[in-house]
Amino acid sequence: MAIRVQAAAFDPGVELNALHDANVGVGAVVGFVGYVRDFNDGREVAGMFLEHYPGMTEKALAKIAAEAQQRWPLLKLEVLHRIGALEPGEPIVFVGVASAHRQAAFDACNFVMDYLKTRAPFWKKENTQDGPRWVEGRDSDHAAADRWDKPS
Amino acid sequence: MKLNVQYFARYREALGRDGEVVEGSFATVDHLRLHLLERAGAFEVLGEQNLMCARNQDLCQLGEPLADGDEVAFFPTVTGG
Repeated sequence: MAIRVQAAAFDPGVELNALHDANVGVGAVVGFVGYVRDFNDGREVAGMFLEHYPGMTEKALAKIAAEAQQRWPLLKLEVLHRIGALEPGEPIVFVGVASAHRQAAFDACNFVMDYLKTRAPFWKKENTQDGPRWVEGRDSDHAAADRWDKPS
Repeated sequence: MKLNVQYFARYREALGRDGEVVEGSFATVDHLRLHLLERAGAFEVLGEQNLMCARNQDLCQLGEPLADGDEVAFFPTVTGG
């Protein structure tokens, strides 16, 4: 299980390949990459700044990753999130999961992203043509996270 | 009790500070929040519906009990990912 919070850019392809890492027990790798868009909520976005809560961020991500490992039989899990100044087109977040079979990898990746969106202390501030603005949380993100509470 | 109170993102900007030490006696995070709300002005952000809070760097509910030396953080809904 790897948790990384960093300002530096990363290569999603390198991260994805590292999840297999010559482990022939891995039958499935699922990766999610989130990118900065150039448009959000009716405004052009020239870039953004990602604020976080040093200390709690790593702790919150580790807790989410540990919960995913409890729920699914995973062989590897990586969560990488960037902080600081970002431009449109840059990757912000990477969640990658390796498991023996695909369903666990798909579900765990989805779960980690849903929980990260609602439980990890990051805040986006966008630069728009009307000046900087804080991104507000979405109800749909909370609905997405809540579905994991329901018995399946 | 002495509490290390932290503010983040829009709240940090509105309050013009990233944190402060608050002394007093507060049974729960909500007691502390209501005490800070009494300052009025910019502190009214702590009355927002979407407020989130953490005690010692774990998300918590407003009813979370407090102990001397705790770190308590208030922030708007998180928007990472």
